[in-house]
Amino acid sequence: MKTDTAPAVTPVRREVRPKAGKQSAGLLGGVSHVMLVLWTILTVTPIVYTFLNSFKTNTEIFGDSPLALPQQWGWGAWGRAWETSRIGEYLVNTVIVVAFSTFFTMLLGSMAAYVLSRYEFRGNRLIYTLFVAGLSIPPFLALSALYKVVDNVGLLGTHTGVVLVYVAYSMPFTVFFLTAFFKTLPTTVAEAAMMDGCGHARTFFQIMLPMAKPGLISITIFNVIGQWNQYLLPIALLPGDKQDKWLITQGIANISTSAGYEADWAGLFAALSMAIIPILIVYVIFQRQIQTGLTAGVGK
Amino acid sequence: MRRGRLTPGAVRKWGFIASFLAAPLAIYIIFFVSPNLQALQLALTNSRGISPDFQYVGFENFTRLFGDEVFWAAVRHHGLILLVMPLVTIVIALFFSFLLNLGGGQRNGQLTGVWGSSFYKVVFFFPQVLAVVIVGVLFQAVLNPQKSGILNSVLGWFGVDPVGWLIKPDLALWTIIGVMVWQGVGFYVVLFSAGMAGVPKEIFEAAALDGANRFTLFFKITLPLVWNTVQVGWVYLGIAAFDAFALVQVLSIDRGGPDNATTVLPLEIFRQTFTYYRFGYASAMGVALVFLVLTFAALTLRVTRRERIEY
Repeated sequence: MKTDTAPAVTPVRREVRPKAGKQSAGLLGGVSHVMLVLWTILTVTPIVYTFLNSFKTNTEIFGDSPLALPQQWGWGAWGRAWETSRIGEYLVNTVIVVAFSTFFTMLLGSMAAYVLSRYEFRGNRLIYTLFVAGLSIPPFLALSALYKVVDNVGLLGTHTGVVLVYVAYSMPFTVFFLTAFFKTLPTTVAEAAMMDGCGHARTFFQIMLPMAKPGLISITIFNVIGQWNQYLLPIALLPGDKQDKWLITQGIANISTSAGYEADWAGLFAALSMAIIPILIVYVIFQRQIQTGLTAGVGK
Repeated sequence: MRRGRLTPGAVRKWGFIASFLAAPLAIYIIFFVSPNLQALQLALTNSRGISPDFQYVGFENFTRLFGDEVFWAAVRHHGLILLVMPLVTIVIALFFSFLLNLGGGQRNGQLTGVWGSSFYKVVFFFPQVLAVVIVGVLFQAVLNPQKSGILNSVLGWFGVDPVGWLIKPDLALWTIIGVMVWQGVGFYVVLFSAGMAGVPKEIFEAAALDGANRFTLFFKITLPLVWNTVQVGWVYLGIAAFDAFALVQVLSIDRGGPDNATTVLPLEIFRQTFTYYRFGYASAMGVALVFLVLTFAALTLRVTRRERIEY
């Protein structure tokens, strides 16, 4: 792409272009680069600053030159954060919860979406509407009632309760997106399979799911990130006396409060870095898929 | 579909439909539909906590709500966020996505983005994958009111005295809005870029060939062609303006302070539920929030509806 292979065409076009336009484009190009670099700095600085601060002492952090590099690169704060902030424990909890909730969201969501998109039966429209209506309801309406419901079934303060609630809250978007997606797939392959004696369920698992892979990947990424970053539901369903069950977002919010009391600021920044680094690594590796997955939700 | 005749095939089909819908519907109804319906019921009661004893009090919660100053403060804050945050985010994102996709001038007769476009897209999008809680804690350090706060120390180089970003009641909500913009821009840059990539390049090239400068290119050609995407973005940002829960809870002083200067409805609902255990009152507030969100969505869809440009 970068090799200049079309000298035969460009000179003609250059002559057509007015010269003044070219100059203003150059100036504008300069200004636009400055803006882009500024926004890059704005985006990166808080994160870099967090990493740097995890190596500093309190005097360095609150001293006269808070933007300077640390004087000594020690991992002391990282060790303290790992031991006292229980960040490792929260990370493990979150991985477990999100693995189960995303798996069941995708399994149950795609099953419902498939049936709703491919089978005609009484009540199809009603069930679809029931699922999709959930898209327009903010989660705050049912906060008190949800707490009661989860308490009534005895799942308050358990990961099972959180997983079930995540699955339920992820259904509207997952069903909405996948129903539309299954409708775009050709019907002929499934029909041929059924003709050959393939059952309904087997057609779904062995033929339709592999065909729907691009859509499934996008929406899986969407759900993983959404559930990983969820804050309201964990603080509502995993109360303070169940700290061993806490999830990462809860832990982070709590650390920022307790760091103030203990005045271990480097420890706070180290804990924060530990929460950011896994996401950063996953993001750098899968950034294209993540961007597609997250924007897919809005585009449709 | 003929009714009344149950062939083995029909039995299998119905069995299949039922078995595939049972589990998703059950979980959805128990943990989503039923809490929302119960909330409508709770809103009419004086329910406190998980105790099963409560009385119906009619619309008493709502009359109390309309006399509640904090409720109105929260509604005003949503109004300000709704006016400022989506507009600023969209303007910045449109500007950047234009530069990144079409701002690089012609190369081999093709319009390209500026140099390094894909790098910028990767960096700008990153805040979107961070949990809002993490963003909140990050910005506690950035916006520290002392001169050692990162923003204040940068301003210090230019001789500006330390600013109490989050402790000044007049400024705090604007600061929160700024952080929302910071996190949101990258997402909309990528979204609008996808919209611009969907427009055939020939349209831009034809315009550039006719001597259209970049301003014409942007306002007369790019903007109308991605208007649909902008509209969708607007609705999403508008709905986000009625949330802001995690950010305000983590970042603001005293959770919604100073002196309720940054509080939002979701935060008040949370507080009524888990601090005061006023489940009835919290649910009434939830009903008000849903009403506001749906009104906004309906109005926006009505106002911005516009002929789609075919290409």
